[in-house]
Amino acid sequence: MKTPSYDVLVIGAGIVGAACADACSAEGLRVCVVEAEIIGGGATAAGMGHLVVMDDSEAQFALTRYSRQLWHRLAPELPDDVEFERCGTIWVAADDEEMAAVRRKKEFYESRGAAAEILDSKSLREAEPNLREGLAGGLLVRDDAVIYAPCAARFLIERAQSRGADIYLPRIAAEIKPGSVRLNDGSLIYSRWVINAAGTWSPALTPGIEVRKRKGHLLITDRYPRFVRHQLVELGYLKSAHSFTKESVAFNVQPRRTGQLLIGSSRQFDCDTKEIDSAMLSRMLARAEEFMPRLGGLSAIRSWTGFRPATPDKLPLIGPWPRQENLLLATGHEGLGITTSLATARLLVDHILGRPSEIPAEPYAAARILEKVHA
Amino acid sequence: MPDMIAVNVNGAKREVASGTSALAAAMMNGAKFVRRSVTGEPRGPLCGMGICFECRMTINGLRHCRSCQIVCEQGMDIRTDE
Repeated sequence: MKTPSYDVLVIGAGIVGAACADACSAEGLRVCVVEAEIIGGGATAAGMGHLVVMDDSEAQFALTRYSRQLWHRLAPELPDDVEFERCGTIWVAADDEEMAAVRRKKEFYESRGAAAEILDSKSLREAEPNLREGLAGGLLVRDDAVIYAPCAARFLIERAQSRGADIYLPRIAAEIKPGSVRLNDGSLIYSRWVINAAGTWSPALTPGIEVRKRKGHLLITDRYPRFVRHQLVELGYLKSAHSFTKESVAFNVQPRRTGQLLIGSSRQFDCDTKEIDSAMLSRMLARAEEFMPRLGGLSAIRSWTGFRPATPDKLPLIGPWPRQENLLLATGHEGLGITTSLATARLLVDHILGRPSEIPAEPYAAARILEKVHA
Repeated sequence: MPDMIAVNVNGAKREVASGTSALAAAMMNGAKFVRRSVTGEPRGPLCGMGICFECRMTINGLRHCRSCQIVCEQGMDIRTDE
């Protein structure tokens, strides 16, 4: 058999790897993808699929906003089963202190050209009648959307295949070598560039990067159309998502096109078993009921867990890995991998082609880890 | 004579014996099926013991209630799919 040779070999067919394969193949590069299990079967399948602009840092805002624009551009081409819905996000403020944060958030968005509207207590109730009374208000971000991410990953992979890309599945990448990847059956695939998009598995292939598993629970209900109309997230979510406490929960509910509701969210470090932690699930649902008392009367169909690939500084690792020539990283997206997958792919393909990117790539560059070590 | 209680089935008032299930009340009111599937097929009760989920109806405004497991209460609003 002829030993295969490519311009770009992508490890991992989650949403990030799929986006990379799609973007590289669109530029005429010879691409292959090595996937250990199935397309979009890891964090891609476990998450909510919320396309959301976040403002934890300037760098996070720039990446999420750029990527949301790319999703909007792609939306008309997405097949129906991707269930793209521009439902918007409402950041729910419980009290006056959080309302002050809502106003700061709106200013942050608007001064950077992103639309956001303040809802007072009354207009929040009108927008979402099932929220409890007495909440202070919220911030409506109409351009946020939701998708069913595993189908989006499949669509991106299939589009890459239609341009000649190969997918090796199920095949396990064992070692990234200069100019090739060795699979665990001993075979070699040659490629000029290698992209490590293996999510929580990425550190095993690139020792020296810190990507930890951050466990989350989700639950899906039966169909209750119009019970919730927007993706609802408590403003206190920021406290939960961006702290490093071992465990936290936040109110985070999403309406699916089917009328089903996805209910989240939880965050746990140092818990690597995929079993449901019933105490954590109960805490998460109790939090959701505090905001939406009638949720408790709905029927749940299924709950599950997944693992976000988390970095210590809350930003993904995108770009060349200084310790190995032609190895590119596309990992560590934590809970924002669905949103930021398309922008990640653009930054990498720009690097490969040696052309400037639409946003500065430097904040996500993996070199920052090494600088920290030497500092 | 059992105690009788009044319920609403699809907007019609009906007297049923206390202890009657919401499903039985709907059937006594002449319902040929109790819900429609996602693709619009008519569906009706199968197991009668809360396992198959085929008897789901809207009870007191809450959708997807397993009507075979719910005992009628005075004034209960019971709705089948159209």
